Amino acid sequence: MIGDNPWLDGLLRLLVIAVAIPVAVIVLNYLERKVIGRVQNRLGPMRVGPYGTLQAVADTIKLLTKEDVRPHSADRWTFELAPYVVVVPSVVALVTLPLTEDLFVRNLALGLFFILAVSTLSIVGLVMAGWGSDNKYAILGAMRSAAQLISYEIPLVMAAVAVAMVAHTPDGRGTLDLVQIVDGQGRVPYIVWQSLAFFIFTVAALAELYRQPFDIPVAESEVVGGPFVEYSGMRWAMFMMAEYVNLVLLSVLASLVFLGGWNWPLGNQVGPALQVPLIVLKTALFILFFFWARAILPRLRIDQLMAYSWQVLLPLAFYQIIANGLVLVYDWPDVVLGLLSGAGTVAAAYLTYRMVRRPAPLRARVPAAAAAREVSV
Amino acid sequence: MAAPAPEHRHELETIDLYINVGPQHPATHGVFRMVLTVNGELVEDCDPVIGYMHRGNEKLPENCDYRQAIGYHDRTDYLAQFNTEWTFCLAVEKLMGLEVPERAEYIRVILGELNRVASHMMWVGAFGTDVGFFGTPFMYAFREREVIQDLFEAVTGERMMYNYFRPGGVAWDLPDDFEEHCRYVIEHVRRGIDDLDALMTDNEVFLARCRGLSPVTPEQAINWGLSGPMLRACGVRHDLRRAEPYSIYDRFDFEIPVGTQGDVYDRYLVRMEEMRQSLRIVEQALRQMPRNGPIMAAGLKRVLRPPPGEVYARTESPRGEYGVYIVSRGGDKPWRHKVRGASFCNLSPLREMVVGNYVADAIIILGSIDIVLCEVDR
Repeated sequence: MIGDNPWLDGLLRLLVIAVAIPVAVIVLNYLERKVIGRVQNRLGPMRVGPYGTLQAVADTIKLLTKEDVRPHSADRWTFELAPYVVVVPSVVALVTLPLTEDLFVRNLALGLFFILAVSTLSIVGLVMAGWGSDNKYAILGAMRSAAQLISYEIPLVMAAVAVAMVAHTPDGRGTLDLVQIVDGQGRVPYIVWQSLAFFIFTVAALAELYRQPFDIPVAESEVVGGPFVEYSGMRWAMFMMAEYVNLVLLSVLASLVFLGGWNWPLGNQVGPALQVPLIVLKTALFILFFFWARAILPRLRIDQLMAYSWQVLLPLAFYQIIANGLVLVYDWPDVVLGLLSGAGTVAAAYLTYRMVRRPAPLRARVPAAAAAREVSV
Repeated sequence: MAAPAPEHRHELETIDLYINVGPQHPATHGVFRMVLTVNGELVEDCDPVIGYMHRGNEKLPENCDYRQAIGYHDRTDYLAQFNTEWTFCLAVEKLMGLEVPERAEYIRVILGELNRVASHMMWVGAFGTDVGFFGTPFMYAFREREVIQDLFEAVTGERMMYNYFRPGGVAWDLPDDFEEHCRYVIEHVRRGIDDLDALMTDNEVFLARCRGLSPVTPEQAINWGLSGPMLRACGVRHDLRRAEPYSIYDRFDFEIPVGTQGDVYDRYLVRMEEMRQSLRIVEQALRQMPRNGPIMAAGLKRVLRPPPGEVYARTESPRGEYGVYIVSRGGDKPWRHKVRGASFCNLSPLREMVVGNYVADAIIILGSIDIVLCEVDR
């Protein structure tokens, strides 16, 4: 606790969050452009500030000073409140997210549950934005986002629940307290014992963030930005901020739950000077993965997306939970847990492969690559 | 007529949603507009609207000198300018019975084939964006296009409206380092095609989106008047460069790639392979090209006056059969001038291909046709 006054302590911690969010959004925005630029063989922002570092700041100023346009036929309050409904849950979820053992606003015994429950609420905001805009692209995008986010929320929660079931605590197993979940991973992170849950969590997180290949609700070439099509200036910036806050939230959550957070592999006693870089590094890995996926993958179709959630991810998530339950009931060692989950991961890989590469009714295809290379002129 | 059953009154009324894709929409490749009637995500009807880009490109050349008219062909299919100029020049040459010098023919083949590559590159980039890539194929493809356009700029002084082919030959000779430059372009573009291949051809999500989408049978394709890669993707081995070799295409060794399913993925594969084959043709042409010699037919007057008659010339442009029909009454202007645009004909079965698919697929199918609106609307 900072000082003696719990109110002051809470306020100061909230202040840290309040400062950290915009900074993180600006930094991530810059990094995403740079990373994707790198993949796409270009430089990314280079003009504003050295190596374009001030580009995101300049964009922020532009967005803040832009006119707040509201379509004439928009449903006024729905339209104007939607950005808040999207951004507030994401920020509220951050409140219980521990970065190290004592770097958090308030740690809850139900922390994992609270984060997942609260961050789900932003779906409402997206639907409000789509409805309030009175725009056909927006409503189509809102419907898509409702379908997608709800379908992927379930595997996401299930994967987190699977880990919470088997998390080691001082008095046995099973907890929703994130600090305890991390402390339980002293020797081996849960990704080893729960690889299937990790896979499901990562894919579902990608869908929750509506990034490629799951950017269906905001698909630029189809629904032109989806629910956000009519927004400009500050309100649009809030949607973008929510997107990046969610990115950070899910990345930190994944590294806490699956990669051992601040604990693994250095142990619990190294102090924040090493713990903070460790958690930042793990989070950065996830964020980089999300950036990379955005740069190299096209978009799935809505029916393929739903089929993947309901036919592959959800049954596998249930399998993971049942396997964990069996391990808990019969008190099998962790190795069994790892093997069962690993088998599930293999099954997931196979199912994914089969869904994508269904035996198509093919005869000889176009001689695409091979034929041309063997011919020399 | 019987009254509706009473329980129907308690059901929620549902109506179809009309979605206007275009003329200002990121995925319409210009100013094309299609009004989609959607039921949820399914397209129930599609009403294509064209004409936003109509500039009278068929009528205007009727008031021009035969050489002035070339510029209007640059502006019909603005991604395959050399091929369109070439078609017009072929028509005039046929009308006048002109013999094009050897070196000029090779120059035309090299530039025309590189133009095909540049056009397909543009298509791959735009199509990648349609499928949902975040611009990566676009950047890859445009890097190659840039290299090709540098060569075109060195030759013609222009990056877009070249106006370089003339009836009877080409306007001026190539720059001195053309061969070197061209070999560099071929190497660069070949690597670029491999890059795109690695990025897209086996990409699982790309496969999931494109395979089996809107398959067209060979019979349908022929009945609908498709041509070019759209036709060949259906398995019809028809390429004007082989079927009726104009210019000097009978001297080159190249394959005509065909698909088997006629789906969107085959259209993609055919175009990728065509780029490689075009580079092969360019390489052969570079080797065979006479190092010097005339580039313009001898004895042409300052103003061309073809004898009366009518002529239709057609070539294989990147999008398919591009044809020019000219009626001459002996003056210095065409009396009638008509263009057969490949992408206009390829676009016509859009409704048949789109209806019954998802909205997202409608965008991809439209993208796979490779339309150039300036040529559709003319």
